[in-house]
Formats: sequence, structure tokens, C-alpha cells
Amino acid sequence: MNIPSDLKYTKSHEWIRVEGNVGTAGITDFAQQELGDIVFVEAPAQGSAVAAGAPMGSVESVKAVSEINAPAGGAVSAVNADLADHPELLNADPYGKGWILKITLANAGELSGLMDAAAYAAYVAESAH
Amino acid sequence: MDNLKQTPLNAEHRALGAKMVDFGGWDMPVQYTSIIDEHVAVRTRCGMFDVSHMGEIWVEGPQALDLVQFLSSNDASKLALHQIQYSGLLTPQGCFVDDMLVHKDADDRYLLVVNASNTDKDFAWILSQAKGFDARVTNASPVTAQIALQGPKSLEILQPFVTGLDLAPIKYYWYGYGTVLGERCLIARTGYTGEDGFEVYLSPQSAPALWRALLEAGKPYGLVPAGLGARDTLRLEACMALYGNDIDDTTTVLDADLGWILKLGKPGPFNGRSVLEKQKAEGTARKLVAFELTERGIPRHGFECFAGGQKVGVVTSGTQAPFLKKPLGMAYLPMSLSEVGTAFEVDIRGKKVAAKVVPKPHYKRSK
Repeated sequence: MNIPSDLKYTKSHEWIRVEGNVGTAGITDFAQQELGDIVFVEAPAQGSAVAAGAPMGSVESVKAVSEINAPAGGAVSAVNADLADHPELLNADPYGKGWILKITLANAGELSGLMDAAAYAAYVAESAH
Repeated sequence: MDNLKQTPLNAEHRALGAKMVDFGGWDMPVQYTSIIDEHVAVRTRCGMFDVSHMGEIWVEGPQALDLVQFLSSNDASKLALHQIQYSGLLTPQGCFVDDMLVHKDADDRYLLVVNASNTDKDFAWILSQAKGFDARVTNASPVTAQIALQGPKSLEILQPFVTGLDLAPIKYYWYGYGTVLGERCLIARTGYTGEDGFEVYLSPQSAPALWRALLEAGKPYGLVPAGLGARDTLRLEACMALYGNDIDDTTTVLDADLGWILKLGKPGPFNGRSVLEKQKAEGTARKLVAFELTERGIPRHGFECFAGGQKVGVVTSGTQAPFLKKPLGMAYLPMSLSEVGTAFEVDIRGKKVAAKVVPKPHYKRSK
């Protein structure tokens, strides 16, 4: 399982990559493996506000629906338009081409509540039992 | 997990790295690699399913046919030797205890194949109905394994393993007996995918060896093991009903738009006859229709349907169809909204998404 060291992680299996005051977010490799073939992604509209830890959309596999939560609060500055026609990018490249949205962070301090890669790896190993 | 029942192929699934789920009390593979890949393999090549969890109930004796006729909505007297028919195992209210395949094995011997999670209920029901009939009812499920090969390459892959039975002349919904790995097996040209294929009934002891052999021999043909996830999406594209989703003990045969398995013209009483005769004469209030979404979204079991701002029905099965590549499903709608082309809405987590009734089935294989 791929858990890049430069990202922050939530307990609900989202990741965020912070560059300046903008965070790029998506779902983790573990999440996409658990879901299976992803066939639909519903992300918040560009310009809308999201709150840390609150639902901001959903990801659907053939079998199931899973809510996705915002790793950090702020304004949605971009959404990945490729996912409308190619939701399978979340399976193929969850940390790259499968990014879901970018958030202009309202409060960078919220990030300290997230897990680093080592903590997330331990969390996943634990929840797999 | 400790309380779950296992098929004789459980270790095979685990060795293949399948994702296992609790399916009606059975520990079953939902997928091996990808539901979409497994689904497409069945449509284009071949998929192999462990369906050993299905229930096999034998009805034998001088009045075997009479009992089957009393239990079943379809007319088993029309079956030729080794012919199979789809039917409803009915309540006295004309609803479904289960749906089933009726196999005529001899004039005085029938095999009923029923849903896994209903097997015990069905067996108890049939026993309760069998009083007064000179017929013996046996639940052979624990001693019967079943492997389904589904897809256009099924015949080519399976035939080399079968002696004493030429598979090619067997028509859809017919069966024969052949020898497979030294054992006499019932081999039926049936399935739950809308594709050509065979279901092999064999002993639990022989099942792992045949599974492995078919997996190996099927490789050059593109055979893959396929799980219950693909089985569900395949049957939904083909508009085959799933008990517990589309039909149950509150839906009549006519509600379910399965009038073709209701033979009111057959002689004698049978469970549900009077209710269904009345319903047939008066018409049903609702009907199980096929639909597609015309906007983005994915319909799911239990989502409500709306028209003119009113709740009018419910989605019984829905998915993003892996082969047809569109969001579709089946739903109960009032007769007035059941015509092909009728527009309605599906409530997806609070959002109304446009849908329309389409012809059944969603998918029909080209012959």
C-alpha cells in the first residue's frame, strides 16, 4: 500500500498536500482499494466553502457509496474536472491524477490535527484487524 | 465470521486473494480483482462463479409433479425430460417465498434450485405444503456444490472436461448428465448473468479440483474467477430479479412483471391462484420497471422515486452498469407511470435526479 511521506491524512482516509496556503486533497490508496472500482465522484462546487472534518461530497464504487470529508476548511479553489468522465483515476492514481479538489486554507493550524504518513500507516494496520 | 457458512471452495477464494463478505450468512467472494473487469470478462469471454451456496431441493415420488404444481406459479407439466423452467415459489397470497429453477429429472423427480439465504426457509415451507402429497422432499444443498461458467467461451472451456455429454446441442434452460473428473454431474445451460453458460452440479469433494482445473484451462480463453459483485451487476443488466431486492413475500408475480411465469390455465389449485386470478382480472396497481437515469448519479436499492412532487415508488436495484456504462436499475412504479419513456425522478441523498422508464431487459446478448 502506498502512503506518501509528504502528505497529511485523516481518519476517514483522505489525504491533503499543502503548498503555501493551498491544499490539494483526495482519497488514499487504502480507501480506493477498500471501495473497489470507483464509478462516480461528487465534489463540492468551485467557490463553495468546506469545513474541516465535515462531509464535502461522495465517492461511489459499483457496490457502495462513501462520503468524503474535508481534511481542512476553506474555499474550494479548483475541482478535478477529469473525474467526471474518468472516476477510475481514483483507483489508478489516488495521489496524482486522482486528486479531487484544491482548498484555499482558512486556518493552516487545522492541519496539526491530521496524521503524518507513519501515524496513518499504523492507523490503517490497526483498522485492518 | 466464525458463524458464517463456507462453500467447499472457500480456501480457493482466499488463495486467490478474493475480498470476502457475509452474503446471507455465507462467507462469499464479492470480487477477486475488480467487479468491472469480472463483469466485462463474462460479457466478452468467460467468468467462473462459485454458486455452491445455492439451495438444491429434490421432490420425488408418485405425486412429485402434483406437489411442484401446487407450489409453483409456472406449469411444470409442460416440461420435457431434462428441461428447466424459471418459476415462483408462492405464498397463498401470490407473493414470493422465493424464485427458483424447476428441473424435470424424471416423471416422478424434480429438482428445485433456490436462493442460498432462503434454502432453509424454502425447505421448511415445502415440507409444510407437502402434507397430503405422496412425495418425498429432500434438501441436498449440503451435499451439492455448484460451479457456474458464464460467457461466450464457456462451452469451449468446459467441454474437454466432460465425457458422455455433448454440450453444444443443449439448449438454453435444458440440461444433461455427463462425467466430470470421474463423477457423474448434472450440467445445465442456465445462469444468472444474461450470458450463455453452464452450471455444473457436483459433490463438494470434487469441487476444488474442478475449480482449479477450469481456472488453468480457461486462462488461454481469458477466463477469470468472478464474484458476487459482478453476478449482481450482470443479472441487473439482464433484468433478472434478485430476491430480497426486486421480489419478496410482499410482491406478487404480477407486480414483478413476471406474468410469463404465471400459468393460470394449468389445472388444479396452487398457492396464490385466487389472489392472482383476481389481480389479473382487475389489473395491478404497480409494476417492476427498468429505468435509466438521464442525469448524473447512481441509483441504489431503497432510493425513493418521485413524480409531480409526490413519492410514487422505490428503486429495488440500481448501479452504474459496468458493460452498458450507464446508471440504471429497476423500480416499482404505479401502472400510470410504467410506460416506456415515462419520466420520473430518483431521490439520491436529497437530490432529485431525472430518470426514465426503458424497455426490459437493459442488456440482451446477441445470439
